[in-house]
Amino acid sequence: MGTITLKQVRKAFGDAVIIPGADLEIREGEFIVFVGPSGCGKSTLLRLIAGLEDVTSGSISIDGKDVTEAPPSERGLAMVFQSYALYPHMSVRDNIAFPLKMHKVPQGEIDAAVSKAAAKLNLTDYLERKPRQLSGGQRQRVAIGRAIVREPTAFLFDEPLSNLDAALRVNMRVEIMQMHEDMKATMIYVTHDQVEAMTMADRIVVLNRGHIEQVGSPLELYNKPNSLFVAGFIGSPKMNFVEGNTIGVRPEHIALSDKKGDWQGTVKLAEHLGSDTFLHIDGGARGQLTVRASGESNFGPGTKLWMTPEKDRIHRFNKEGRAIR
Amino acid sequence: MATSHSQSLGKWALAPSLAVLAGWAFVPLAIAIYFSFLRYNLQNDNTGWMGLSNFYYFFSDPYFLKDLINTILLVFFTLVISVVGGVFLALLLDQPFWGRGIVRILMISPFFIMPTVSSLVWKNLIMHPVFGLFAAIQKFFGAEQPLDWFASVPLLSVIIIVSWQWLPYATLILLTALQSLDEEQKDASEMDGAGAIAYFRYIVLPHLSRPITVVILIETIFLLNIFAEIKVTSAGGFAGNLTYLVFSQLNDANDIGEAAAGGLIAVVLANLVSYFLVRIVGKNLEA
Repeated sequence: MGTITLKQVRKAFGDAVIIPGADLEIREGEFIVFVGPSGCGKSTLLRLIAGLEDVTSGSISIDGKDVTEAPPSERGLAMVFQSYALYPHMSVRDNIAFPLKMHKVPQGEIDAAVSKAAAKLNLTDYLERKPRQLSGGQRQRVAIGRAIVREPTAFLFDEPLSNLDAALRVNMRVEIMQMHEDMKATMIYVTHDQVEAMTMADRIVVLNRGHIEQVGSPLELYNKPNSLFVAGFIGSPKMNFVEGNTIGVRPEHIALSDKKGDWQGTVKLAEHLGSDTFLHIDGGARGQLTVRASGESNFGPGTKLWMTPEKDRIHRFNKEGRAIR
Repeated sequence: MATSHSQSLGKWALAPSLAVLAGWAFVPLAIAIYFSFLRYNLQNDNTGWMGLSNFYYFFSDPYFLKDLINTILLVFFTLVISVVGGVFLALLLDQPFWGRGIVRILMISPFFIMPTVSSLVWKNLIMHPVFGLFAAIQKFFGAEQPLDWFASVPLLSVIIIVSWQWLPYATLILLTALQSLDEEQKDASEMDGAGAIAYFRYIVLPHLSRPITVVILIETIFLLNIFAEIKVTSAGGFAGNLTYLVFSQLNDANDIGEAAAGGLIAVVLANLVSYFLVRIVGKNLEA
């Protein structure tokens, strides 16, 4: 249970077309990530699946059943919001119990389900507190608790980690992945952070101005981007584009030498991360290039050096920005 | 930074304003207390100490009990109408519709009209038994003898006028509060399966509990002092409240001593009411 199919889903607000027509097949138990820059329509697509927005045309089905016209509560989905959207005047217990209460579940079952969810999320000691008395990470867990009590067919996450600090974000990322591992439920996760997308996803959907640019596993997207956009969006630091955007090489696929090579350049800046060093190199006519060197690299600013891209790691693109293979 | 030096300097700098403020508040009160123990009638030269007799006369005034009840009824029903109506109107005005900006301003405007003016309009143009709008409507539906509002239902008439003035205030406060309600709360409750009524009952109403408390507390303070609406509509004989009773002691009976005693009693009653109100509904204000 938990397959979701989008057929030619279109969304427009008046004349403004947000999503011109999306086709997507989400498999059972899959962790799928919608990624793209802000304004690319990824949140809108999620809200269309949730039923919080009506589609302009096209159809959405869940487990083979057409739910295009169904209200959110009948789709059997649960959503975790960016702001968490906890009910501020309700205790943690009442927050988690709310969806069950709305679905007229008997009180005994509600209590059992809430205790179980709270135990799973380390919230047992906080059940009587109000959301404002919790830390960011705890609020996040309450939001997840409210989602899991209903045992939905699929979970929707709308940038759930963007309000957390960096360290907590890494922890919650692992917790959500662990949750997916345990529950085997379909999860759709929206983010603008390609690192989150790469680390969490079974498959990534890259969106650009409402279009689905490419769908694939993280490594597929990394190794075989279909377009200039995907190539530039996936991978950090960004892929280098040279020769009028027809050739792309990732910073980690360029060999450096102080004696000979294909391209010559001058180091402008060296970022030392310990494990790696990112060199920002002025490549003359080729423009600014980023190259990953080893952590021990001692090319300092002003050094002249030679760069050689790995032959089978070069990406070629045509004038329309499509990949040539 | 607040050093002990700057703090003591601050106290000295504040002292003059505090002294003026204290004088401003306490001198009139002290004069009223002083008068309330005097035999002080403008139609009578015979002045002197009365002890507590002024208080006794005020309490035993034939109008006292009736006016006390009127005060309570006026406050209570106006609160009910303005809070319930205010929630309803705020929900309505929060919806997107064409011309919402204009409607909102029109909605708020009764609050800016002087009570004396609006009372006159209500009395002569709307509730007048011969020329009034209500009478015209009644006649249109075939009534022989339109209702003479201020003669037949004086208290109800005053309540309608006062509610008309205070409903916009409640609406304004509640509308502002509604607009601060996070949209994602609505989305979340929809995902959780809450319909429109459950959304109102479990999300909107609790969100409004604090502004409703503010509306009740502030309106109560002002509604205890309603005077112009009663005086202008000449409804005082039947719909007078305690403020009006104090006024009639002063104006009709020229009895400054008893009016001062009545004023003090009204102050004590108002404080009692506020005290219990804060105890009952003020819990909502604690963060």
